[in-house]
Amino acid sequence: MKSGKTVLRKLRALTMRIMPLVVTCQELEGFMVDYLEGTLPKGQHRKFDLHLRLCPDCRRYLKGYKRTITLSQTACHDPDAPVPEDMPEELVKAILAARDEDT
Amino acid sequence: MDTIPKRPPQNDVDVSNEKDLVARLRAGDRASFERLVRAYGGRMLAVARRLLRNEENARDCVQEAFLQTFRNIKNFEQRASLGSWLHRIVVNAALMKLRAGGRRPEESIEDLLPQFDADGLRIEPEAELAVSLERLESAKTREAVRRSIDQLPDGYRNLLLLRDIEGYDTEETAALLGLTPGAVKTRLHRARAALKSLLEPMMRGGGL
Repeated sequence: MKSGKTVLRKLRALTMRIMPLVVTCQELEGFMVDYLEGTLPKGQHRKFDLHLRLCPDCRRYLKGYKRTITLSQTACHDPDAPVPEDMPEELVKAILAARDEDT
Repeated sequence: MDTIPKRPPQNDVDVSNEKDLVARLRAGDRASFERLVRAYGGRMLAVARRLLRNEENARDCVQEAFLQTFRNIKNFEQRASLGSWLHRIVVNAALMKLRAGGRRPEESIEDLLPQFDADGLRIEPEAELAVSLERLESAKTREAVRRSIDQLPDGYRNLLLLRDIEGYDTEETAALLGLTPGAVKTRLHRARAALKSLLEPMMRGGGL
């Protein structure tokens, strides 16, 4: 006997096949960058939203995708990072010396 | 739902002072050049360190960027801020250094990308994020995220850094990397998706 999840999955696949306005999870992947940038054309944006309403997996995927971006931005602009935005004095001196040589 | 933060604010020198500074730099004033190096050097070094992952190369890169600035200040048209112009110069210098280091064959990231069945549905069901964003803000987590970014093949890593960390848009990134805007979008998506796979154990409450 098929589990409830398998039946729901089959139903989703059927819906995507018979409804021309609904894109598949795989097709949705190609829209992800433009969707988040707000540069997706209106028609495609509608298809994206419709798919998200029908597909809990893609809703969760998008949430994790956005969190990935947030985490990478937080990690790389971390004030406690081992590479603080300081300027070593010896580098300042080396740059000034190189500039003097260049003139 | 998380929102995507905008590019972090740039602590440029005051705009009116900036015009004065540029005028003095154009006149060849050494003290102004030193002021420029001290005001912007730390931030430029941070950018070079992120891209190059090697302290010596990062310092060489910043030195080269300042020399280029010195030589080209007459061409600075002041349409962008001085900080943005310097940022681009150091990014270009870092990319040049990376290219000079030679290209290694790109490792595949296929195993880290989502898989789909014949109907185009996700094969692996997506789990709910088990950990709140606040709980992921520890220094240990940030270090683990940086390590995961470093695990990406260079081409993907550099593109992700330019787009999501350094704040360049698709067209700017395409110009910097010599790619088409379409290729930038495709590769950016793959880089983010691969990084998401690497971060998933942590986002679901486990370690990395």
